Amino acid sequence: MSFINYSTREINCKIVYYGPGLCGKTTNLQYIYKKTAPEQKGKLISLATETERTLFFDFLPLALGDIKGFKVRFHLYTVPGQVFYAASRKLILKGVDGVVFVADSQIERMDANIESLEDLRINLAEYGYDLEMLPFTMQYNKRDLPNIVPVEEMNRVLNPNNVPYYEAVATVGKGVFETLKDIGKQILKELKKNY
Amino acid sequence: MPEFVMYEDAFRRIDEELRRLYQLSNAKLVFLVDKNGQLIASVGETRNIDTTALASLTAGNIAATGGIAKLLGQKEFSILFHEGERDNIHISLVANRVILVVVFDQRSSLGLVRLRVKRSSQVLEQVFQEMDRMKPEEKTTKELSPFADITDEDIEKLFG
Repeated sequence: MSFINYSTREINCKIVYYGPGLCGKTTNLQYIYKKTAPEQKGKLISLATETERTLFFDFLPLALGDIKGFKVRFHLYTVPGQVFYAASRKLILKGVDGVVFVADSQIERMDANIESLEDLRINLAEYGYDLEMLPFTMQYNKRDLPNIVPVEEMNRVLNPNNVPYYEAVATVGKGVFETLKDIGKQILKELKKNY
Repeated sequence: MPEFVMYEDAFRRIDEELRRLYQLSNAKLVFLVDKNGQLIASVGETRNIDTTALASLTAGNIAATGGIAKLLGQKEFSILFHEGERDNIHISLVANRVILVVVFDQRSSLGLVRLRVKRSSQVLEQVFQEMDRMKPEEKTTKELSPFADITDEDIEKLFG
């Protein structure tokens, strides 16, 4: 749920990075944090375990610029990917404006991708959202690894509705900003349509 | 995708009430967050504090506590209190939609904060109820939506 404040002239939107454990959601946020100017970003908050697995969420506020005199801010969140953090994962989705699904391109992680995508659909439905109606972008991450599924196959299995998708290597930043821009644009266009 | 829109008048009333609460409870910082983690307004010593992060974490805290309440068969826990060495934080749900947070130290007390929060909550609740009752046409006449004449080009430009 975007928050439009006429008094402070701000538009705030919430983007959630979803996907199976170790697919690179936090890495996306870390790269964005590293590459944005200090005045554009807030602190990157990570609620993680001692082994740096996301426990509750990561959070990064980003200020993009102005549109018609309104400051546009995106709040980026990741969910914990591990299966047993289901309860906290669901909480993060509350009020989401757009979702990025980070898929792990490795052959042995395809089942985990499918399971996570199904989990996303179910959790959204519990809040009354329909994934088909939400701004939604796919990211096929880890394209630099040797044992990966071809993009056509990933699209066939994970992306039947043909939403925008980006090939990525989040550790070096490939595809990271392309994904962010795409979801950001989708959200603003959706707002324009409805508001 | 429902939006939460805050207009000048409601914002001014909320800000006024937060100021009153800040003064009457001798607080260090008072702020209001929506349940999704967006900061609505804040009053007090905010200079050295990252209020955006604070807002997001507070909402996470309320969400997690709400999850615990559900598991225990409770509707919710409407008040949270964390005691620190120097500062304490009092978090409460208002009208089941926004979160009112008061940070205070030894210049105040939990009793005073609870009392003042209770009174302010009633005022804030009324503001939100009135916001909900506003008819769509009343909303649109106040000011033109920033999206009314936004073009795809404007959106593209934002992303450089």
